[in-house]
Amino acid sequence: MGKVKCECGHVNPHGTVLCESCGRALTEEAKKEKFHDMRYEGSARRSQTYNKTIVDKVWNFFSSVKVGVWLIVLTLIASSLGTIFPQEFYIPNNVTADTYYEDTYGIAGKIYYMLGFHDLYNSIWFIALVASIGVSLVICSLDRVIPLHRALKNQRVARHTTFMKKQRLFASREGTIEPQEIGKVKESLKESRYHIREEDGSLLAEKGRFSRWGPYVNHIGLIIFLIGAMLRSVEGMYVDELLWIREGETLEIPGTDGEYYLKNEQFIMENYDKEKDSEVFSEAIEENGVIAKNYQTDAILYRDENRDLPGAEPELVEVKKEDIRVNEPMKFDQFALYQNGFSQNEMKAMEFMLTNKETQEAVGAVKIDLFNPKDVYDLGNGYKVELLGYYPDYDGIGKDGEPKTKSPVPNNPAFLFNLVSPEHPDGEVAFTAIRQTMEPMGETDYKMEFSNIETRDISALTVRKDLTLWILALGGTIFMIGVIQGSFWAHRRLWIRQVDGKVYVAAHTNKNWHGLQRELDSIIEHTSIPSPEDQQASEQSGKEKN
Amino acid sequence: MNKKKKRLIMRSVILAVLALAVGYTFYSNLTKEARGNLQEGDQAPDFVLTDLSGEKHQLSDYEGKGVFLNFWGTWCEPCKEEMPHMEKLSKEYEGQVEVLAVNVGDSELQTKKFAEQYGLTFPIAIDSSKEVQKAYGVNPLPATFMISPEGKVEKVVIGGLVKENQVRALFEQVKP
Repeated sequence: MGKVKCECGHVNPHGTVLCESCGRALTEEAKKEKFHDMRYEGSARRSQTYNKTIVDKVWNFFSSVKVGVWLIVLTLIASSLGTIFPQEFYIPNNVTADTYYEDTYGIAGKIYYMLGFHDLYNSIWFIALVASIGVSLVICSLDRVIPLHRALKNQRVARHTTFMKKQRLFASREGTIEPQEIGKVKESLKESRYHIREEDGSLLAEKGRFSRWGPYVNHIGLIIFLIGAMLRSVEGMYVDELLWIREGETLEIPGTDGEYYLKNEQFIMENYDKEKDSEVFSEAIEENGVIAKNYQTDAILYRDENRDLPGAEPELVEVKKEDIRVNEPMKFDQFALYQNGFSQNEMKAMEFMLTNKETQEAVGAVKIDLFNPKDVYDLGNGYKVELLGYYPDYDGIGKDGEPKTKSPVPNNPAFLFNLVSPEHPDGEVAFTAIRQTMEPMGETDYKMEFSNIETRDISALTVRKDLTLWILALGGTIFMIGVIQGSFWAHRRLWIRQVDGKVYVAAHTNKNWHGLQRELDSIIEHTSIPSPEDQQASEQSGKEKN
Repeated sequence: MNKKKKRLIMRSVILAVLALAVGYTFYSNLTKEARGNLQEGDQAPDFVLTDLSGEKHQLSDYEGKGVFLNFWGTWCEPCKEEMPHMEKLSKEYEGQVEVLAVNVGDSELQTKKFAEQYGLTFPIAIDSSKEVQKAYGVNPLPATFMISPEGKVEKVVIGGLVKENQVRALFEQVKP
């Protein structure tokens, strides 16, 4: 493998298409092409090595733009597949994924689950695809930006005439140019912010070279963004938990390692009111009925001072008291608590009257806390209610003759009472459930009559911590800088050369050819220098005429 | 030649850095699920709970003895089935293997009534804050963790232990 030495004497890296210095075509194909491909200045972008090691093979695979595009297309297809059915994360809590997809979506759902699409974005192959895009970005960029930079740095003022002829904007004529005319053109070029280099009668005017780096700056931003996304899976960088908390409850905030506790003072849900709220709402209220105005959790944040073992009594110190509303999270440390959902009217306590069946006389009221019922409720004067059994989620009588409970949540509370009265000092047994009473040990003289129910709301709060956000923002900003750099500036060059009694003028831009032509026309106007013309356009119009 | 070598080294270094980043991403993503889920062989997380009679039990106090750590609830049918075996064997292995039953979600009344009904004498604690349950990653009940005298999780059993022999084998496993 050798270097390529150009006729002009410049030594180019192996694989170079156009000499870095003078622009002479170095390959047979380049010599034959009508216009030179100037995207990478004809630089050696993928150096070929004869003894390809495994490292070179991997490198060359990822340095291919074709491979990069395929990776992006595959990722796009995969990402869209994940949106056909809901991801596992979003299916209801009380069902398992292996039955949910088949039950809900039939055979398609079963296939979806079997192929692992239910947890697509966390699957190895999806992460591998995204990671490959990252690798491809790095290698593609390195493999192009370095030779391009080299080629632009090494470019000579006097380009070979063949190079000039194969530029899109080109003109030539017999004769020479007066030095004062060159001087005039230089002046106007400088006015248009061109940098000018001269070498024995040849001239190179160039501006906006930095716009060529736009795509690479853009890629750096993307890579930083990907790094930020990657860091989300690192412990401690990203927390996204849900906390269901009842009114009055104080619970450890998940994701804070037991450092913080939260008390739900009360949950508030407000609707728009026709009477109280501004008139502008009345039409909408009439049309839609009830419209929610506010979801709010009045909360107190505590820090656990002893941060002892799990299960140990926490030593809570109040940090702050705040109302959490939708889009108005409570912020502390690096965490934020967002109002996310709610469930209203969970039973909290039930009140019964101990009543004499015959006289319909109420002896006294018993209020049972459904989360912490007591053994005995003493009503005085020889009246007492003993709680023999409590079944918070009553589900009928079991095989052993015992009442059963489905769960520890008071969805359908039932009680086995022993009613003690002066007439029955040993008590009478009564079983009381919602809309159902039983007297398993024979008819009783007293009963527990349901009188009242106390309910409370449960608030669902999202616990969020995201230390990767600034990295994502930085990546996004750099990405945008690259986009702006590449789109709002153009890299424009003008070559003027006099050789063997002929004047050659060529120009190149990486975009907006029309703009370049207009700029040059106004600069070269009124001089004897021929204004470069768009060879591609004249060729096309020539074709059309034929 | 020298240049070629330099490039090879350069490329190898860049590829190694990329491979490292990708490898770490895989590692942290794949272990995300397992995090918080206790596995056999792990050190058992220490905790402290107060039992129904008001006595404090800290796991590390049991060092030198095996521990049969059982998470249960009164509503859970299979939990009821294994309780008598646990009661019987806790007496048999007294001083060698301690049974510690952690109730998840019930009120004190229910737990007490249950213990009375089944005649349970081993310590029963209510994990009202659910912190211990979380530390052990317990979801379906019952869940039993066999903890060796050195404080390691020897075995995790999710689901009911129907036969006495099963329970006996577990006791034998962590006997000092």
